[in-house]
Amino acid sequence: MSTTTTNPTRPVGDSVKRIDALEKVTGEALFADDLQFGPGLLFGRIVRSPHPHALIKHIDTSRALAMPGVKAVVTGADTPKQIGLYLKDRHIFCRERTRYVGDPVAGVVATSEEIAEAACKLVEVEYEVLEPVLDPLRGMAPDAPLIHPDLGNYEVPNFIFPKAGTNISNHFKIRKGDPDAAWALCDAIVEDEFRVPHVQHVPIEPHVAVAKMDQRGEITLWTSSQSPFAQRNLIAEALGLSQSSVRVIAPFVGGGFGCKAGVTMEALAVVMAQKVPGYAVKLRLTREEEFFTTFVRQGLIARTKIGATADGKIQAMQTEYFWDAGAYTEYGVNITRASGYSSTGPYEIPNVRADSYCVYTNHPVGGAFRGFGMPEIHWGIEQIVDMLAEAIGMDKAEFRLKNCIRTGSIIATGSTMHPVGLVECIKQATAAIHWGTEERASAPHKRRGKGLAIMWKAPAMPPNAGSSASVRFNEDATVTVSVGGQEIGQGAFTVAAQMAAAALGVPYEWVRVEGPIDTQYNPYEWQTVASRLTWSMGNAVMAAAKDARRQVLDLAAEHWGEDVDHLDIKDGMVISYRSEEAMPLKKMVVYGLPKPAGQGWRGGPIIGHGSFMPSYVTGLDPETGQGPRSVVHYTTGCQAVDLEVDTITGQVTILRIAAAFDVGKAINPDQVRAQIEGGAVQGASTALFEGFQLKNGKLANHSFVDYRIATSVDVPFEIIPIIIEVPQDDGPWGARGIGEHSMVPTAPAIANAVADAIGVRVLELPITAEKLYLALEAQADGMPV
Amino acid sequence: MTTHHITFTINGAQEEALVTSHITLLAFLRERLGLTGTKNGCATGECGACTVLLDGEPVNACLVLAAEIDGADVITIEGLAHDGELEPLQQAFIDHTGTQCGFCTPGILISARALLNRNPDPTEDDIKDALRGNLCRCTGYQRIINAVQDAAKAGG
Ligand code: FES
Ligand code: FES
Repeated sequence: MSTTTTNPTRPVGDSVKRIDALEKVTGEALFADDLQFGPGLLFGRIVRSPHPHALIKHIDTSRALAMPGVKAVVTGADTPKQIGLYLKDRHIFCRERTRYVGDPVAGVVATSEEIAEAACKLVEVEYEVLEPVLDPLRGMAPDAPLIHPDLGNYEVPNFIFPKAGTNISNHFKIRKGDPDAAWALCDAIVEDEFRVPHVQHVPIEPHVAVAKMDQRGEITLWTSSQSPFAQRNLIAEALGLSQSSVRVIAPFVGGGFGCKAGVTMEALAVVMAQKVPGYAVKLRLTREEEFFTTFVRQGLIARTKIGATADGKIQAMQTEYFWDAGAYTEYGVNITRASGYSSTGPYEIPNVRADSYCVYTNHPVGGAFRGFGMPEIHWGIEQIVDMLAEAIGMDKAEFRLKNCIRTGSIIATGSTMHPVGLVECIKQATAAIHWGTEERASAPHKRRGKGLAIMWKAPAMPPNAGSSASVRFNEDATVTVSVGGQEIGQGAFTVAAQMAAAALGVPYEWVRVEGPIDTQYNPYEWQTVASRLTWSMGNAVMAAAKDARRQVLDLAAEHWGEDVDHLDIKDGMVISYRSEEAMPLKKMVVYGLPKPAGQGWRGGPIIGHGSFMPSYVTGLDPETGQGPRSVVHYTTGCQAVDLEVDTITGQVTILRIAAAFDVGKAINPDQVRAQIEGGAVQGASTALFEGFQLKNGKLANHSFVDYRIATSVDVPFEIIPIIIEVPQDDGPWGARGIGEHSMVPTAPAIANAVADAIGVRVLELPITAEKLYLALEAQADGMPV
Repeated sequence: MTTHHITFTINGAQEEALVTSHITLLAFLRERLGLTGTKNGCATGECGACTVLLDGEPVNACLVLAAEIDGADVITIEGLAHDGELEPLQQAFIDHTGTQCGFCTPGILISARALLNRNPDPTEDDIKDALRGNLCRCTGYQRIINAVQDAAKAGG
């Protein structure tokens, strides 16, 4: 590759191959279920609530316990303290109340999965069924049944605002300017309601956890996890243990997308293991359980009003979000917050009012899913902006270019926008699909349409979420990088190796990244979420590598009697630009260098340390949502879609998706493109196929047959990934995240293209062929659509 | 519980074992033989993560009973590379970034192997069709398709 020789930051900026690819194509890569525990391994299964909302009157475990092969049965009586990432609102096993179909009521530990499963049926639970809340609007009503009557007593951080005596676990507000006055100035105002159903992450690897408690009461947990450190912390707190008494070991994750972040089913395995000291207990979810008992993407009802003046300037926007957060809100309360402060989308709008409500319902537990609320809110934002452009009579790309954020724009929170390349993203993505050129459909009964959507997303996390790393040399000058961030498929280990190699001055091939992540040995990382690793963990890796490099250079400077400023490390050699001395890193990085005349040695094993934590994120005013720096940064982008709709079947065929994102700096351009492509397909899958069918709180489509995700035959379209690089001031080499962003604008871009093709606006996801077929029929009958 | 004495070849080696009637080939491979490269993504024949070659044909190991492999030849992902040499298919997956999280990868490689065995020069549609039973949530499939095409060109 020609860039390899000319790129001054190499291998940063080079499309090196994934560091984990060899293991993954040979079947050697170990995932949690692959770890071997010998014949003493016990298995757990879970007794789950069949009711969406009920009181537990009585549990009788005696028949289950008496079954041969059963070792223990646990219930809520074994878990007195509450757990939760932000709002501590749940018991690991339900105590007096169950809040969704699938809520864990008891756990059975046995010598086989079959025995545990059979014994689950012998656990007798007497319920008093309560009226469920099956819709967030109902949940907000003053007479709605309370799902968490004790909400006012739950532990919660100071940026989340639960309303005691209601089902509202958070209410986030933006009050900026005066929208009420601004409507009068507007020449066009559009108002509508958009709905997003629950969807599931569907990692191909289901959740699995193995837990063991030793005779001292210390816990080890092997699990498929995006958050080994957060799990250690939350589980230790909930069980009244020290963080150092809980060790989490997390090998490769077979897809996470947010559902393996925070604590889901891992804590169940730990509590079960506490009943059988000395034995490892494995709990693996069936695919059916995976669908509704881990996190799901929350449902959303979004009501939005937006207005512009005739010159095409957006003057005001008003939004209400009603999040169907489900029974508990591990991440939901913060998704509510993030969606509130991002509610304008990537537009500079002077007058903004937003109210984002996190509402408990008796639905599956809402969590983070690739994009953390952004795909859900952009579904409405990017359609209503399209509708407004139409009302004003402006080209939709031009309208966005006129209103989108630029460097220095004042955003919804009153913060100033950092350098951003969104304009370039819009220009390049639209150009790639020949925006503005009418193109013919492939058949007379098909209609061609083009649409676009833009997006923004910031890492949503506590202001002080930190990362750390160490970089150490081996005798042969190969390098071991140790991080707490996880490889979940996004390429984090590859990027860490590239950064360490670049900062040290050694070839990429010399670097290994330690796995599995083990909280006992690996340095701390908050969580592998929010597309924050390249940026945050990257900063830590860069600092650690620089620290190691400085130690090497100091040693060489002393050895040569030179000034350290004249020295450098290139391709694994220490060199002096002054004396033109050179020596290999080999050996000296561990054994040091001899002093002259047998006077002893200097140096020693080189190990560099680095950590990073943003120190500049400010709080937001609880009444107005205003603050000087609400988030670390926003990644922005644009997708433009060219598609056809079959007017006989309603079928959508995507022809092209051009996707441009401003990643600050592509540490590995090929991996960035891989994220952009994978995200576009995942986004298209949620746009066209996916959605929970919940009936009285019970999921009807909980298999791959009934819940369809995109397969190889569904992606006949061309994806054109485009990388824009406007450097991020606090990012390593200027990088910011890209993992989640790639699917944020897909669904509304498709919806806008469908509207362009056939004049039908779909306000509720997914955009199924059936919906379009019915809308086309109604259109033919002259009905409004 | 009925047990069966089975004789089979696994990745080229002759083996025998006593198995119960109900154990699946997937559980047998993963738990008895320690061949954990074959993955369990659903256990109901819907995701393809458990695909292995049974007498050259791709099957979902979660739907086959171990007792059924008596006399058969089984190839798993561990059997693709030989003497430390990767297959062209495996190399193509590395070169094209045909893997991200990697959980679907063993099953997809096996399905692709089966395809190239019966059709050394597949079209893009042939490849998509051969992989339709293998779900991947990460890659968006195109790179996988490109990798298979490339491997076919390299002589599979
Ligand atoms: S595990 Fe066999 S098809 Fe999914
Ligand atoms: S690479 Fe993750 S499922 Fe295919």
